[in-house]
Amino acid sequence: MSDASFISEYHWLTFVTFLPLAGAALLLLFSDSEEGDQLQIKRFALGVTVVVFIASIPLLMLFDPTQQGYQFIEETEWLGLLKYKLGVDGISLPFVMLTTFLMPLTILASWGVSKRVKEYMIAFLVLETLMIGVFVALDMILFYLFFEGGLIPMFLIIGVWGGKDRIYASFKFFLYTLLGSVLMLIAMLWMINEAGTSDIVQLQEYTFSSTPIEILGLTLPAGMQTLLWLAFFASFAVKMPMWPVHTWLPDAHVQAPTAGSVILAAVLLKMGGYGFLRFSLPMFPVASDQMATFVFTLSVIAIIYTSLVALVQEDIKKLIAYSSVAHMGYVTMGIFAGNQQGVDGAMFQMISHGFISGALFLLVGVIYDRMHTRDIGFYGGLAIRMPIYATVMGLFAMANVGLPGTSGFVGEILALTGTFQASTWVALFATTGVILSAAYMLYMYRQVVLGEMTNPKLAEITDMNGREVFIIAPLVIGTLLLGVQPGLVMDIFAPAVEHLLDGYDSAVAAAQGVMDTAAHSAPAH
Amino acid sequence: MIAKLIVFLPLLGAFIAGFFWRYIGEKAAQWLPTGILFLCAALSWMTFFSVAGGDAGTVPVANWITSGDFVAEWALRVDMLTAVMLVVVTTVSALVHLYSTGYMAEDPAKPRFFAYLSLFTFAMLMLVTADNLLQMFFGWEGVGLASYLLIGFWWKKPSANAAAIKAFVVNRVGDFGFALGIFGIYMVFGTIEFSEIFEQAHHFDGQTFRFLGADWDVLTTLTFLLFIGAMGKSAQLGLHTWLPDAMEGPTPVSALIHAATMVTAGVFLVCRMSPLFELAPDTLWFVTIIGATTAFFAATIGLVQYDIKRVIAYSTCSQLGYMFFAAGVGAYEAAMFHLFTHAFFKALLFLGAGSVIHAMHHEQDMRQYGGLHKVIPITSLMMLIGTLAITGVGIPLTHIGFAGFLSKDMIIEAAYGSQNAGHLYAFWIGVIAAAMTSFYSWRLYFKTFLGTYRGDHHTMEHAHESPMVMLIPLFVLGAGAVLAGMVFYEAFVGHEAYEFWNGTLFHHHYHEDHGTKVAEVLHLAHDVPAWVKVAPFVAMLSGLVLAVIFYLVSPGIPDALDKRHPALHEFLQRKWYFDELYDFLFVRPAMWIGRQLWKSGDGAVIDGTINGIAMGAVPAVSEAARRAQSGYLFRYASVMILGIIIIVSWFLFGGRA
Repeated sequence: MSDASFISEYHWLTFVTFLPLAGAALLLLFSDSEEGDQLQIKRFALGVTVVVFIASIPLLMLFDPTQQGYQFIEETEWLGLLKYKLGVDGISLPFVMLTTFLMPLTILASWGVSKRVKEYMIAFLVLETLMIGVFVALDMILFYLFFEGGLIPMFLIIGVWGGKDRIYASFKFFLYTLLGSVLMLIAMLWMINEAGTSDIVQLQEYTFSSTPIEILGLTLPAGMQTLLWLAFFASFAVKMPMWPVHTWLPDAHVQAPTAGSVILAAVLLKMGGYGFLRFSLPMFPVASDQMATFVFTLSVIAIIYTSLVALVQEDIKKLIAYSSVAHMGYVTMGIFAGNQQGVDGAMFQMISHGFISGALFLLVGVIYDRMHTRDIGFYGGLAIRMPIYATVMGLFAMANVGLPGTSGFVGEILALTGTFQASTWVALFATTGVILSAAYMLYMYRQVVLGEMTNPKLAEITDMNGREVFIIAPLVIGTLLLGVQPGLVMDIFAPAVEHLLDGYDSAVAAAQGVMDTAAHSAPAH
Repeated sequence: MIAKLIVFLPLLGAFIAGFFWRYIGEKAAQWLPTGILFLCAALSWMTFFSVAGGDAGTVPVANWITSGDFVAEWALRVDMLTAVMLVVVTTVSALVHLYSTGYMAEDPAKPRFFAYLSLFTFAMLMLVTADNLLQMFFGWEGVGLASYLLIGFWWKKPSANAAAIKAFVVNRVGDFGFALGIFGIYMVFGTIEFSEIFEQAHHFDGQTFRFLGADWDVLTTLTFLLFIGAMGKSAQLGLHTWLPDAMEGPTPVSALIHAATMVTAGVFLVCRMSPLFELAPDTLWFVTIIGATTAFFAATIGLVQYDIKRVIAYSTCSQLGYMFFAAGVGAYEAAMFHLFTHAFFKALLFLGAGSVIHAMHHEQDMRQYGGLHKVIPITSLMMLIGTLAITGVGIPLTHIGFAGFLSKDMIIEAAYGSQNAGHLYAFWIGVIAAAMTSFYSWRLYFKTFLGTYRGDHHTMEHAHESPMVMLIPLFVLGAGAVLAGMVFYEAFVGHEAYEFWNGTLFHHHYHEDHGTKVAEVLHLAHDVPAWVKVAPFVAMLSGLVLAVIFYLVSPGIPDALDKRHPALHEFLQRKWYFDELYDFLFVRPAMWIGRQLWKSGDGAVIDGTINGIAMGAVPAVSEAARRAQSGYLFRYASVMILGIIIIVSWFLFGGRA
């Protein structure tokens, strides 16, 4: 307990969160006019992210998973109703760690960037602060600022350092995600007005009305909760992204620079799932319960639809992007299954997908840096000249397919186990994803890595260099380690998930009780 | 401890051979895994006898997944059923490792090959020692991975790559059923651990549960789903299409994975889950029908193939069918017995075929063979033993004969004696398929080793007997093909069966006779009329006689027959058109739908709608885009943040005031 209070006392969370921003500010002082300056800037940015990662380790060490509620809380009055409040629980801590762990790797992966390096690194450091902020904010408005603020650096990263159609892609990304969150903002303001607080902890304990209301002749069975749920859903569904608001993702990925894709897939997408767990389930349990079928439907469509689309892609990045949408389908499905295995599976799938999709995008970057194309047809026979690459790519292809022994399996199997208990139909359809994912990943692997090398332009291609191996190595280890010992992560979040579900179940049961009583007492009148 | 060594040493071998061969050298990268496997085989036989002596148990290794009540441990369950699999897997694997040091001598990627072989062995051992369904699934997918890697071992060859993908994806169709079965078992039983499931099984006899919007019998549904998984792994009718193509892999792989071990995993699964299957007569009926039909169907195709490996592949498919209908009629002991003997003679046939292929410079077409007995007499002799074993040569009404004689005849007798639904169908199919087995096996032998040579002379001049490292495994397997049936008959399916299996194979009804307990179905099998016992022998003889006439006495007959019935020949040559059918039904539509969803769904409908909505914003957007391009980026961004802050503040303070 004294250790934890140490963290709060010295504002350790604030330190970790804003350290990258401070680094970005310092970067402003760097000159980038000289030849050697670029390397200085890169080294500095790398140094900052490494320090942030090291600084975040005490959080993991001192966190007590058995303790319910939030830990390391920092609270300061800010602007009137708006509070500055940070803290983590078992659900947010893994995401904080994922972010701080991946950032040094993405900076290293950007070693080849030569255009406006200073701004590039600033954008990434600012983004890191905003990403950590999303996961540690315990005030709703603060959360919103971080959540939306993250759009801006990402928008710049795609729009400035992206590929040929970067402008179209960056605006598509920006408008989609922003439009989604307008509704969420309105809902947040209403909630603050209603509950008289923007404190997430208090809001989670507040019971929003779930008595049915009628709007334009339509009955909303959980009334106000349904409206609020929908407003949040609009934002999180775009972020996930869920079908049918997923079409920004393939474009954004294809245009984004490698490091941008890694962060986008590994961390930014997880904000949607995190949002469902932080807001939708605990604050609108009755609506969540009632909307589960709706989410299931979209999730199943996402899994099958995007897997089929992935099957016919000609661009490696697009293929992986579509595969991401399919994998996020398991996450939304697991969350709204509303049982331990479902939510555990969804959480684990998000962390695992951070490793696997991050690695896959890095690996695409490796050959893109050499050949400047992501066209599947261009490649073939890479294993001849790139044995290390072939091995690592093979491993992550299999991890993406959910092979047992890799982390990809654990999340998928738990999410499906949970879903099966909620709906066998949904589990049945979702499980077809295991067939389709094998088809598209192995197809891609064959086309790119195996076979004869028929393209003469590949004749001189070189295998992964030391830096590239160094970047991918932690992800290889992580993917395998979590596949065999998932408890390393699950032990952190499982108690928090259990706590979340206890509240969820009793809220749903209470609402059910009220409705039953109403139904029983009706004839008496 | 011994169990841990048996399971994890091959993984260590794979790891060292795969990643450190540069440091220890290519030679060591072959001999180290091989040595490890021989050690494992020795330990496995020790385990086999100690477990047979009553020393069964479960060795915990570590926790794997815990989510609420869903608990999957890494643990090694060593009981009699596992012990049988242990000796089969490690023995054949050790011999195949040894054989490969000769067979793969010319290959530049030997360390990789040995790493894959050992990796496969590890996964297979995890599968058979699993004490819960999820660990079994781990092994199940692990062998699938190894199979994928080894089929596609020569990865520059497009046909090998295609076959590897096909094997993996078709197996995943089966895994789809297996996975649903696991989910269902967890939902119903609240556990996935074998012993807990088996204890509770009888509570659910006749119970129903909601599945896909209807009420279904619990155990029938769950076992049916598991059986779909078994069908994929064991290449049963409908999900068999990958197995013949898998022959693209190097021949030692075919012997180990696609004959002796991996493909029998489905049979093992059904036997392991016998406490559930035994209470699900409808599923058992289905298992019987699928098994028997596969035995027949695969045998018909085997009759007309020219590629020596494909003949044996279809033969494997057919023999697996026998094992399944044995399980279907309730004679799990007979299924396991055949699995055991089949491992010896089928590995022998495959490795023998490999020796032929090795001698013939990778020519696999039997039309290019003939008269090879003179050139490679030892291989020929070993293949003869294998053929005698698979066709089931022995002395009728005694227990004296080659391995297949005892195990296959046992299955056929059990099918006749059983009281399960579909047993007579299985019996008759079993007899007919026995005749076909005999015909295609002798056809293979005659076309390859007897008659006159038909290939080109250059190949013949260089043909040579294989080196000792390849012949020794043949001798060992040959001994197994002769003796395995006679030595283990009493223990596996005879009067000692009840004590031998020690409760690992479950039965509803037992028969008590002079104090010895025996499964009812085995008792009935031993009591069948004499004509039933002689029937498979007669079938075997008729196949042999027909093969002698067709391929030795008047070799013109087969061609004439083909010409007389071109449609039938084409039908069998094309393997009942399964590949074409699946391509038409699944592959093409999936690609077509994918393309439509991408171009029309994502493109026209979704983006079209959203772009339409955004139309009004386009001028502003493009203007902003131009600015963003020209350096106003940061200003633009800061304006946005400012905007958000203003809106928020207005709502917060202005709105409330």
